[in-house]
Amino acid sequence: MSNDPIKVIDETCVGCQLCVKACPFGAIEMDDKLAVIDLTKCTLCGACVTACKFDAIEMRESEKVQADFSEYRDVWVFAEQDDDVIQSITYELLGEGRQLADDLGMKLCAVLLGSNVSEQASELITRGAETVYVVDQPELTHFQDEPYAAVISDLVKRHKPNILLCGATTIGRSVISRIAVETGAGLTADCTGLAIDPETKNLMQTRPAFGGNIMATILTPDTRPQMSTVRHKVFKEAEVDASRTGDVVALEVDKALLASRTRRLSFVPEEDTIMNIAEADFIISGGRGMGKPENFDLLHELAEVLGGGVGASRAAVDADWIPYSHQVGQTGKTVCPKIYIACGISGQIQHLAGMSSADVIIAINKDPDAPIFSVATVGIVGDVFEIVPKLTAELRKVLGK
Amino acid sequence: MHFVVCIKQVPEKNDVKINPETNTLMREGVESIVNPFDAYAIEESVRLKERVGGKVTAITMGPPQAEAVLREAISVGVDEGILISDRAFAGSDTFATSYTLAQAIKKLGDVDIILCGKQASDGDTAQVGPGIATHLDLPQITYVRKIEEIEEGRIVGERLLETGYEVIESSLPCLLTVVKEINEPRLPSLKGKMASKKAEIPVWTAADMDCRPEYLGLDGSPTKVDTIFTPPPRGGGEILTGDPEEIVPRLIEKLKELVVGAAS
Repeated sequence: MSNDPIKVIDETCVGCQLCVKACPFGAIEMDDKLAVIDLTKCTLCGACVTACKFDAIEMRESEKVQADFSEYRDVWVFAEQDDDVIQSITYELLGEGRQLADDLGMKLCAVLLGSNVSEQASELITRGAETVYVVDQPELTHFQDEPYAAVISDLVKRHKPNILLCGATTIGRSVISRIAVETGAGLTADCTGLAIDPETKNLMQTRPAFGGNIMATILTPDTRPQMSTVRHKVFKEAEVDASRTGDVVALEVDKALLASRTRRLSFVPEEDTIMNIAEADFIISGGRGMGKPENFDLLHELAEVLGGGVGASRAAVDADWIPYSHQVGQTGKTVCPKIYIACGISGQIQHLAGMSSADVIIAINKDPDAPIFSVATVGIVGDVFEIVPKLTAELRKVLGK
Repeated sequence: MHFVVCIKQVPEKNDVKINPETNTLMREGVESIVNPFDAYAIEESVRLKERVGGKVTAITMGPPQAEAVLREAISVGVDEGILISDRAFAGSDTFATSYTLAQAIKKLGDVDIILCGKQASDGDTAQVGPGIATHLDLPQITYVRKIEEIEEGRIVGERLLETGYEVIESSLPCLLTVVKEINEPRLPSLKGKMASKKAEIPVWTAADMDCRPEYLGLDGSPTKVDTIFTPPPRGGGEILTGDPEEIVPRLIEKLKELVVGAAS
């Protein structure tokens, strides 16, 4: 008997080809009027199973004995700190984590690594953490992949959280991937929606796939903890409430876990980064239509009035008009501001993948057929060099600056 | 030194849409390419080889046709390619994928530096690189934008962070994931093209790599895709045209409404 995870039932298949059209991976072909699935291409997404009107495709459930997860309790948030400052993403995770913990009837906890971080632990409590697990060691002053991953993995094994949330930041993505492998847990990247299945109590993790063209809901039914990363600005920050109380639990760890084969020699801040655009509420972005580097000054002025950051399309970065750290899109940053103003950006699919989840999108472009208008909340067909300075001047008046 | 670069074949475009009438996925003719981020990893591995000597092995896990990306790597200076392919790998998530690639690297034996792109353009997870390092119990430097120093047993690289970069030293062997800023990939040379045509690409299956079956494919993947759906459509909003003198005040009124609306 075949043990293939997915198969076509030849007797039932009528050769209608609906599955061939449905497969996003091009893994199904017709052979003698029967559908044949190429298992090396198939990702078991199940699109064909849904598309087949004749129930001719069967997907095998993975053979896992339903484990007992009753020991796994609580929702944990990895508290990312940089130079002793808790990063805003942590508060966003605590905001969402509160809801999940309440739905599960479990506690919301934070795990904080660093050196002399008791003040930060209290801050986490004012943001809703009921317990803060702290590992305070000089070796943990700055993030290093190995000791951070080893210590958190150790805590996970000892304290058995049900869910572990982490920011989809440079540090977060680097460390959580190691923790997931070390603890044998499932990990879903860049979730834009998290919810608890009322029946199974599994965490339903929704994330964009194919550059945001499709959303997928991912489950980790057979392992614990369930781990997810979340990008900036996807969830609302937990509010500060100074009256909240909670426990700060200082934990000792085996010294061997603090060993690191990497060492941070120095940190060099980027000179012209006034703001990390991944965290910005307002982003003014420029593309090929800006024409030359000097014209980005117009965008910087507008950004200053709004208290926002400046972004760019790949075309503008490739032309060396602005550094790579400003690039928004598939090969740059994914941003989720309140307002995104796209100036002279045509709106290639790769760019849209990085900004289409902004609350409000304003597009300014000469070309009425530019694809950017298809995602714009308000589109302006016009000249960036006329519109932007006027907008800056008017906003200055309105905002009293 | 022995460099291993892990690459992935991905669809050229992410233009997949759901037909709203039939609720099925619509796929345009999809061309396959080397994951754009991996092109920088390939280039950097070749540059490191040119700097300190040694050889570069490219590995990819995928269907038989993924061999094409290995040939492409050879055409720009990689010495050899190995295709990791087996139907037992079907349904692998990042855990199973990083395990499988780690087993292949173990089989290669003496490896000094493993390079990966920072993430793949189709999955966007950035999990496989660190996953490989963990399965092999190796240190890692992620998001590398420059290699400052490399010598026997030691490397110094710059890791790109959100607000700048940090300089990190690591012992070897180690794993690096690289960002676009690190280099500009070269075009294939005539000699490279010849080599790529002639190259024999061995295929390694699960049996060749001494894999634990419970770590492979569907059974080795803790995450499962439950449902897929199309995101709610957006846009098709209001279009303003005409004299900037008139448009700008209207835009500001709009912005006021939208910002107030979003805040409430």
